[in-house]
Amino acid sequence: MFGKLSLSDIPFHDPIVMGAIGSSTIGAVVILGLMTYYKKWGYLWTEWLTTVDHKKIGIMYIILAGVMLLRGFADAVMMRAQQAIAAGGNEGYLTAHHFDQVFGAHGTIMIIFVAMPFIIGLMNIIIPLQIGARDVAFPVMNSVSFFLTVAGAGLMMISLGVGEFSNTGWTGLAPLFEKEFNPGVGVDYWAWAFQLSGMGTLLGGINFVVTILKMRAPGMSLMKMPLFTWTSLTSSVLIIFSFPVITGALTLLTLDRYLGMHFFTNDMGGNMMMWNNLFWMWGHPEVYIVILPAFGIFSEVVSTFSSKRLFAYKSLVWATAVIMILSFTVWLHHFFTMGNTVNVNVFFGITTMLIAIPTGVKVYDWLFTMYRGRIRFTSPMYWMLGFLTAFVIGGMTGVLMAIPGADYVVHNSVFLVAHYHNMLIPGALFGYFAGFSYWFPKMFGFKLDEKWGKRAFWGWMIGFLVAFMPLYAVGFMGMPRRAAHYDDLSWQPYMITAAIGTAIVGLGIACQVIQLVVSFRKREELEDATGDAWDGRTLEWATASPPPEYNFAVVPVVGDLDAFWEMKEQGTAFRHYPVYADIHMPKNQPYGVIIGGLALGLGFAMIWYIWWLAIASLIGIIATIIISGSNDNDGYLIPASEVKRIEDLRFDRMAQAKKEKEEEVEKLSKEEVYEYSDKNN
Amino acid sequence: MSTATKTTDIAHDDHHAQHQAEIKTFGFWVYLMTDLILFSTFFATFAVLAKNYAGGPGAKELFELPFLFVETMLLLVSSVTFGFAVIAQQQGKQKQMLTYLVVTGLLGLGFLGMELYEFAHMIGEGAGPDRSGFLSAFFTLVGFHGLHVTFGIVWLTVMIIQIVKVGLTSGVESRLARLSLFWHFLDIVWVGVFTFVYLFGLV
Repeated sequence: MFGKLSLSDIPFHDPIVMGAIGSSTIGAVVILGLMTYYKKWGYLWTEWLTTVDHKKIGIMYIILAGVMLLRGFADAVMMRAQQAIAAGGNEGYLTAHHFDQVFGAHGTIMIIFVAMPFIIGLMNIIIPLQIGARDVAFPVMNSVSFFLTVAGAGLMMISLGVGEFSNTGWTGLAPLFEKEFNPGVGVDYWAWAFQLSGMGTLLGGINFVVTILKMRAPGMSLMKMPLFTWTSLTSSVLIIFSFPVITGALTLLTLDRYLGMHFFTNDMGGNMMMWNNLFWMWGHPEVYIVILPAFGIFSEVVSTFSSKRLFAYKSLVWATAVIMILSFTVWLHHFFTMGNTVNVNVFFGITTMLIAIPTGVKVYDWLFTMYRGRIRFTSPMYWMLGFLTAFVIGGMTGVLMAIPGADYVVHNSVFLVAHYHNMLIPGALFGYFAGFSYWFPKMFGFKLDEKWGKRAFWGWMIGFLVAFMPLYAVGFMGMPRRAAHYDDLSWQPYMITAAIGTAIVGLGIACQVIQLVVSFRKREELEDATGDAWDGRTLEWATASPPPEYNFAVVPVVGDLDAFWEMKEQGTAFRHYPVYADIHMPKNQPYGVIIGGLALGLGFAMIWYIWWLAIASLIGIIATIIISGSNDNDGYLIPASEVKRIEDLRFDRMAQAKKEKEEEVEKLSKEEVYEYSDKNN
Repeated sequence: MSTATKTTDIAHDDHHAQHQAEIKTFGFWVYLMTDLILFSTFFATFAVLAKNYAGGPGAKELFELPFLFVETMLLLVSSVTFGFAVIAQQQGKQKQMLTYLVVTGLLGLGFLGMELYEFAHMIGEGAGPDRSGFLSAFFTLVGFHGLHVTFGIVWLTVMIIQIVKVGLTSGVESRLARLSLFWHFLDIVWVGVFTFVYLFGLV
């Protein structure tokens, strides 16, 4: 009935795991209880779970990323604490097997369930707004994508309390992850969580490519697209080209483990190194999938807050495109030491170094955008500047490791750990944070509190440097990555420093949580009634904040790269039309949440060999796809009168806010006016 | 509402539906490309493992060309009959179209039957997917294509039921067009399988 699953699979004997399960369960029960108490289930179902509105789906993606960030950070704290104490005679507080699971879970969560949902969430919210569209191309599929990701995240969370997680790292390791060496459920949890969310991402990539290529507002040619849309397009193209490879590779591993096939085994004609090739053929483009959109965010932020047109827009677009292509030609640099011939290593070494060129172009473009600009030092700009300084260091260490001979020295050492955290934390995560605070007023209609935002930045920035710079040094001293224990006591001071850095990052995260609470409480003071919170340049600022369901009452016509800026200069922005037309919008559908739920069932059943549940879930998924695919009547009309009512409200509110502001300024003395305008710019 | 505005409304709806259909077709092409990459992954895997017999039987002992020729012809002809169905649809001959679609489905089933027979036969001879790296790659690549054909037949069945029940609405037509793309795509992939797996294996 329950396959391999029995009560003994819940690790009651382990106080650390039980503490984590206990607190997660209590949290979940409190949330469910509150929802029942306030009778919010119906609201949750109609407004969120069945929604096909890209903005709401995007917000749900970001919430998922935030929750999983806390889980991934908890794993990081555990590892840093272990490595700070587990030296010489001290074995630390984690067993080696547990430590192995923690680093695998940390990597899987941070890449698949934090970076991906965070950036896909931002892409969801912003792309249609930036291109003047009313939704994405396939709204129902968008919901399916999201709930497949949720299903994967659900499996990750279940693995915490039921059974175990993979001990072979987030990248997998042939042949250690084969059934013969890993008969437990850990690897299966990893593979199914990864597989389900990967399929969701693949569908999302298709969705964004079609949206961007087919649904742009009239006048918006490719070279008039805002840079975030451009980088999202290249990122989506990378998804389309690379995610099928990981889907395939994980399928092969699944066949190895379930049907005894021989793809990555060390005997019977399997090929272990094929796993590395397949994994990194996806894995390297994946790095750019998460980082390119962040580059796009930085471009938007730097241009808006320098009050200047982006410097050398075309070169930025070309640099992005070149990175997109080159990212497929470098995967082998992840295993220079595998024993390839010198020529192979040289080829991949050179292509890897080449990527530094377009990336350097970008860095200079951002610097020149700021040059002689009227810079406003808001918190998005802080993230941007922190990124610029830290990312360059990470880039240089990357070029260093691109030299195969040098890579032999530092391969699989913590130097590498320092390097890729140096790329991904400032490069990707700071970008998402910048985007989050930049677009937060667009999502919710009020700005985030700046004071706490800047404190959060300093926590992250200083914490990151303190946590990872020592790893470069100790990596040179020979410390291998993924070590649960080490004998060389001279490494310990560095590891203690790194643990202190993690604590400082923790302060940064605490500031972010406080920032959300403070901003919510001060939401009336921080309100932005215009929809144009930062004196923005691109189309997303042309509509209300938060945007109405249909985004734009009248589809804008684009004449310039900075379309909204041009409208403001020509006086055509904020147009209040006397009449509006009916708007056709997609209707809410439950298919996404149903397929996500069934996929969770399928994954769980496969992990525990509960075959009847697996078959039932699979049939359910196929049936749901058939039913949703046969549904032609999926839209409804918002009548013109309703559109007019919503737009009138918006313009009333805007006029009201403007009047209030003028009254406030009138009351001020001359000095205070200067101060006021400084504060508000 | 005056007649004039009503006409523009209908024109507007038509335009909307047309744009929607165009977007769906384009999206489906993009999906097919992702599927092609998935197949490429399995092709590449097969190429790596093609000679890893691990002491087990190899291509020459296992494949029989006449059998495969019939199997291949079934699938190729099914593509032709699907084409005939589309022509009949354009000429408005619904009955003829349905007949061709049913024939297409039957040919697909014949193909699948032969493939399953071949698989069962090989497994019976001790040449199952767990015998060697080569056989794992073979069963996965060919079986993955077979799985696609199975989904194609399920989809085809759903379409036949829809045509009989609701007729050729614009939604049904648009789905049928995408199924046609899918079916021809599987044909092209099979040409690759036939060439790289069977012919190269026998050379």
